[in-house]
Amino acid sequence: MENIDLVAALSRWIHFMAGVMWIGLLYYFNFVQVPALRDAAADGTATGISKHVAPRALLYFRWAAVVTWLAGAALLGPLFTDTFLLRNGMGAMGIGAWLGTIMLFNVWLLIWPNQKKILGLKPASDAEKNRARRVAFLASRTNVMLSIPMLFFMAGGWSHRALFGL
Amino acid sequence: MKNPLDSLWGTLIAGLLLTAVLYLFARNFLA
Repeated sequence: MENIDLVAALSRWIHFMAGVMWIGLLYYFNFVQVPALRDAAADGTATGISKHVAPRALLYFRWAAVVTWLAGAALLGPLFTDTFLLRNGMGAMGIGAWLGTIMLFNVWLLIWPNQKKILGLKPASDAEKNRARRVAFLASRTNVMLSIPMLFFMAGGWSHRALFGL
Repeated sequence: MKNPLDSLWGTLIAGLLLTAVLYLFARNFLA
């Protein structure tokens, strides 16, 4: 086996595992934790989630995002430049790669810094916490929205690109 | 106007619409 094939095979495996963890936790936050926290705040039981669940979930979430991106870059290998420049037949994959990259920046530049204020890991006034809640929420929802075309262009749409004319 | 990202259904519909727009772009300009 060529070494480059081995790198691609291992990168794809790692890319999928980390990607499942990243997007799985993103969907957990949006489909489960946000509505659960709303209900828990009403009956005074939100502290358990905020103190014990959210920090752990965010830890795996943000580092899985990094591993997913790095393994994806390794998987692209010599096609990395063509992909991000949307050329030489890599245009559809490039759209997915750009969406994933925007999502990674959303995690590290918007979601995580604001979650640190919300969870009390970084000092913040009540007004700053309220603003942080809104920014983190919208950034997280934006990532759910972006994940839909990202998965189309990287997964189903790519493996069936002849069918879709891509 | 209400932000569609405030609801899960709004988020999913926005994602599907974005997929359609990007698909048309890719098919017409990148394929």
